[in-house]
Parts: sequence; C-alpha cells; structure tokens
Amino acid sequence: MAVLTAKPPVRRSLPQGAARRAVGRNLTAYGFLCGALICFAFFSWYPMVREVFLSFQENNFVDPAKWVGFDNFRTVIEDPAFRSAWLNTAAFTGLSLVIGYAVPFVLAVVLNELRHARGYLRFVVYLPVMLPPAVGVLLFKWFYDPGAGLFNQVLAVFGLPPLAWLDSSSTALVSLVLVSTWMNLGTGTLIYLAALQSIPGELYESAELDGAGLFKRVWHVTIPQTKLILLVMLLLQVVATMQVFIEPYLLTGGGPENATVTVAYLMYQYAFNFGDFGGGGALGLMLMVVLMVFSAIYLRVSRDNEGGR
Amino acid sequence: MRTTSHRKALSLLLVAGLGLAAASCGSGDDDKPAAQSSGDANAPVTITVGCQPPKSNPKERAGWDEDIAEFQKLHPNITIQSKDAFPCINPDTFQAKLAGGTQEDVFYVYYTDVQKIIKAKQAADITPYLGEVKALKDIRPDVQGVFKSEDKTYGLPRNNYNMGLVYNRKLFTQAGLNPDSPPKTWTEVQEAAKKIAGLGAGYTGFGEYSAGNTGGWHFAASLYARGGSMVADDGKSAAFNSAEGKAVLENLKKMRWDDNSMGTKQLLQWEDLMRMMGSGKLGMMIGAPDVVQSVNNDFQGKFEDYGVTAVPESDGKSSLSGGDGYMFNPKATPEKIKAGLAWLEFHELTPGKGQFDYERAKSQGRPVGLPIPDLYGNSAPGKEIVALRKQFATVPVDHFTPYVDAQASITNKLEPPKAQELYAVLDVAMSAVLTRKDADIDKLLSDAEGKANKILAKNT
Repeated sequence: MAVLTAKPPVRRSLPQGAARRAVGRNLTAYGFLCGALICFAFFSWYPMVREVFLSFQENNFVDPAKWVGFDNFRTVIEDPAFRSAWLNTAAFTGLSLVIGYAVPFVLAVVLNELRHARGYLRFVVYLPVMLPPAVGVLLFKWFYDPGAGLFNQVLAVFGLPPLAWLDSSSTALVSLVLVSTWMNLGTGTLIYLAALQSIPGELYESAELDGAGLFKRVWHVTIPQTKLILLVMLLLQVVATMQVFIEPYLLTGGGPENATVTVAYLMYQYAFNFGDFGGGGALGLMLMVVLMVFSAIYLRVSRDNEGGR
Repeated sequence: MRTTSHRKALSLLLVAGLGLAAASCGSGDDDKPAAQSSGDANAPVTITVGCQPPKSNPKERAGWDEDIAEFQKLHPNITIQSKDAFPCINPDTFQAKLAGGTQEDVFYVYYTDVQKIIKAKQAADITPYLGEVKALKDIRPDVQGVFKSEDKTYGLPRNNYNMGLVYNRKLFTQAGLNPDSPPKTWTEVQEAAKKIAGLGAGYTGFGEYSAGNTGGWHFAASLYARGGSMVADDGKSAAFNSAEGKAVLENLKKMRWDDNSMGTKQLLQWEDLMRMMGSGKLGMMIGAPDVVQSVNNDFQGKFEDYGVTAVPESDGKSSLSGGDGYMFNPKATPEKIKAGLAWLEFHELTPGKGQFDYERAKSQGRPVGLPIPDLYGNSAPGKEIVALRKQFATVPVDHFTPYVDAQASITNKLEPPKAQELYAVLDVAMSAVLTRKDADIDKLLSDAEGKANKILAKNT
C-alpha cells in the first residue's frame, strides 16, 4: 500500500496535450474493449444484478414482482437439504485441495524436467480439458459402474474387492472430486508449466553446481519462485470448486441420501425443479458472499505482490 | 490508489458473477399483451402453438401440417404458427421463455407442472370460453381435473395414462416365465425378478429410480398402487409414513439385498431405466404404456418385445396418473384463447382427427394400438377411439390387455401438492434402501415425514 501511494500517478503528471494524444493513440484499444465490456454487461453483470433483486422478490414473470424481504432466504435456510449442501460443498472444496491441488503442480514439475516427448505428454495431459465437460463426466459414469465399470475391473486384477463408488454415501463425494480433478488437471498443469518456464535457468544451474538433486531444486528454487502463482491457483481453485454443479447433476442427482447435494445443485433444483427462482437467487447470493471473501483474499495477495515488485 | 480500488471493484464483480450466472434470468416485467381484443368473432387472429413434431420426425410432422391446413380451411380467420421443439417443453427454459415474451399462446405442458404453473399465475384462466368446447362434457372428470384449480380451468388434456408395470416379454420367455401371465402380486414380481437376474451378468430383474426426484416420483406411484397417500386430505401434512409406505421400501430392500435382483448400479434417473429397457437387459419397471413408446422411439427397443400390466396388487386402488396437455399464455387475448381452444378441440379431442387419426398413422407406418391416450374413458368418444385404434392397430395390442383390463377397477390419482419438493425428499429414502444394506426404513420414513411436513406447512 505504502509503495503504491508513494509513486506519483504517472498520467496526472502528463501535460494536457500529451494526455489527449495518449487517449487518441489508444482509441482502437478502447474500441475493442467496448465490445467485451458490452458483452460482460449484457451477459454477466446485468443477470447478476437482476439475480440479487430476484432473491428478494416473488416473481412469476407475468405479474409485477412482489418484494418479500428475506422470505426466500428463510425458505432455503429451513430446507432440510440446506445444511447438507453447504457441508458437501465445503467437503468437496477441501477434498479437491487435498487431492487435486498438488497433482497438477507435480505433473508440471515432471513435465518441465523431461527432455524427450515433452510436447506429446503436454498434449496428453491437456486432452481431458478439450472434452466437453458432460462427455468427461459421463465417461466416468461408465468407469464407476459397480458391475462392469473400468475401475472395478482394475481392482479385480489386483485381487481387490469392488467398490460402490457413486452408490455409497461414504465414497460418492470423493468419486466426484476425482472426476473434477481429472477434468481440470490439464489447465492447472499448463499454468504451472508457464510459471516454471519463467524461472531463470541460472538459478537451476547454480543449484546443480551446488549439488542439489531434483527434490532440493524443487524445494529451494521452484517453490519459492512460483509461490505467488501457487497461492493464486489455490484461491482460484477454491472459488471454482465451491461452484461444483455438473458432476453431482450428471452422476448422482445429489444422492445417495443427499451425500452429493451441493449449493449450486440445490440452487438449480430450486430454480428449475421447484420453479422457485427467488429461492435459487437467495442461495446464489449466499454463495456469492462466500466467494467474495475468497476473491478479496485473492485481490489482497495480488496487490501485495504488485507492491513488493 | 483509485486504479487499485476500481480494479478491485471490477474483479469482485467478475468473481461474483461466477456464483450467480447459473440461476439468473431476465425480467419480463415490461412485456405487453400480444394483441388487443377487437370484439369481432370473425376478425383475423394469429396464434402460436407449441409442440409441432420436429423435422427429425417427418411422418408426424407431415400429419400435423396436414391438420393445420385442414383446420385453417374450416376457420379461415385463424392462422396457426406452429413452434417445434424436442422435447416439447423443457422446464429449465419455461421461465426464461415466459420472461422473454417468447412463450407460445398455446403452450404444451406435462401434468407434473400444471399445478405449479397455475399457482404461479403463469397460465390464463380459460373458464369463460369453455362453453364452445363441445368435447368437454365427455372428457373424464379426473383427467380434466388436472387442469383445474378451485372452480377455474386453465388448460385441456392431450394425453392421459396411469402407472402400470412394464415388462420385457422376451426376457420373461428366456427366464422360463409366461409373458402372457405377468405378475399379479409383489411376491410374483420378486420371483420373476430373481429368475431374470439369474440369466447372467448384466441382467436386472427389476429396476427402480432413486435420484433427480425420480425416486420420489416412483415411490408415490408404488404407494398409490398399494392404497396409500402422499399427503393427508387437507394437503397440509405428509401421509406416506404408513404401512403402505413401509411396504414399498421393504419390498425394494428385499429385492436389492436379499434377492440381488435389482443390479448393483443405483442412483438411476429417468433415462437410465429407459436405456436398460431398450438394451433388453431389464426385466421389469414401474411405468405406463408411454414407456414402451419412448423405448421404441428413442432407445432402440422394439414394440413387440414389451408388455404392460397393472401395478401388482393395485386392484380396486389408485394409480398415479400422468400425461400432458396445453395451457394458454396469461397474456393471450380472448380471441387468441378462443382460437386456441378451437384448434385443440379439432386436433387433440376429436375421434378420427388429429392425434386420433389412426387411419393416417397406419398409412404412414406409425405405431397404432397402445392403450393411450385415455381421455374419455367409457363415454361415446372414448368407445369410438378404442374401436378406431383396434381397427388400425399395427402393434400387438394383446401385450397391453392386462393393463387395459385393470383400468376398470383403478382410479386415477393426481400428484400431491408440492410434488417436486416431496419427491426430492423421498429420493433420500429411496436411495438409502437401494445403496445401504443396513438402511433403517422406519427412521428414513419418519425423517422424510418431518421434512415433508415443513415443506407442506409453508404456503399451503
């Protein structure tokens, strides 16, 4: 903060004519930006603001909307599935961090160390991201099939008993996390790879000259150099995984026994199964408040980094 | 500093958008009525009508287009603009179409959504215009009742059926069972299911839903067939925690865990059982004749392989009814409503015309002979439709005889109030007995009852 305020604002120091010229030079850029801003405003920000209004209204889209205060919030909070949805969402996010957070980083480190077939392996790792999410999820539906599914066939090869995967309340949520991790692995790995490749090679050379092996190089060079991106990815992953919807929607329908109902799934159920858009909006608003906390932390982390440069 | 705070605000907005986009939709508050009433009964009027068969279904589409041309000749002042879609209604987009002003003047709807739409005032009250619909006096009162709330009527039916037991005749034969004598008791279902499951890996004797609200829906179907009720008569409290409700779950638990006749894969939703039926590996499921139609049309099954009978032990009791029909845009003018009613009477309610033009259906090579729709029961038009269906049948009607015969002693029963919410609650109990060997049925029902009572107590 101190660093930022200490710097005099550059633009203000420009003479008026120079500022005008600067704006003129950037007109094309502003033109391009306008398109994006209009799209964001129309498809993202407007619905978002409407949704906030909707969460305080009873609206049948025919009569004028009726303001109902916090009634929609009371309805969803009293819902028997409300508690399960938040607990499952928290558990899904936590498990995603435990299972899914480290894997792309490790993969990126390994890919970065490879001398041969690096391009091919990067493609293979990124491949799942190119599948439409529904296809990836339904592929796992077959993998998880308790009878003829691939996973239980593999377990059988090792003489292990079959697992119920999605059909047991003790394994269903973990199974969903595995799907999600697999589908998002490629994106995380590519981002980490980009970060790894920006680390100056001299640092590794010095470390190697000092006799550091792979693990020491990772510990003393890679991790400190990618600290910021690791933190940012952590926060982004929290924000993304808290909105998990497609996996429970397609694989488990929230079951068994509400074991995989998430906040986003419940929101969908309110809006489209029960026809209660106010209730869905109320859940969406609650989720947004929680996500804003994480996004505020994310902004703080980014700002601290800018100040430190 | 200003830059940072602006960026912060922008970023917060962006991130917030992630959490909200899924449930968002437009306002629609500024919609205007489509047209004003002119007062002249013969004034030109144009109406949009939903559920024209899609281009991918050329035979049905050709029939529809012929009917439109014939109708417009009879009513030169009415122009019908057909809207095609498959499926005809997608509950996910219903509100968006309404809000965006693109909802048809005469829109298609499933029974399951009718009361929700009436309660939300999203359909027009057509009571004042019903005098012109001559067919109305013959329609089964329970079927027309689907579209009523208090003394007002909000739509007309197109299709009606109630639940039965769909079974694979081919598998019955393979398992040494007589397909012409389907199970009449649950004990017989259990025995048949064991034999079918015994055919080998991948064969399932009896399939059942337990996710995405379909588990609760089928719980209701089984419960009604046993004589139970989902809610008390006043609609204010749950009534499924009963001997009948317990019997539904106990039966499933036995077949799943003692008999191992329900397969290992659970959490099935609507399409799953259809696919299993179509693949020829599923022996039996709760379902109406429309299941056979769907399995034949969309899931590679063959009409002749399937049969339908009544739900076991449902004689003299009730059966959950299902079907579809049409309702009217709440912003439609009286002229549009009258024109829409004339079209519906012509196309959906007249024996030998429109959907009941079995002669044309046969000439097009379309299946004729399923015992649905049943809109009229034993009244004169009902008998006429049954006779026409028999005359032009192209599918083996005998396969549905046990279902048809049972109809005389079974009462149609509508879905309970707050159906989807209650079904979501009962998914929990259904998924529990099908995925957990030690599921405590009494506790599951009592938990579900408590949750359902809370739901029913609100705004009822």
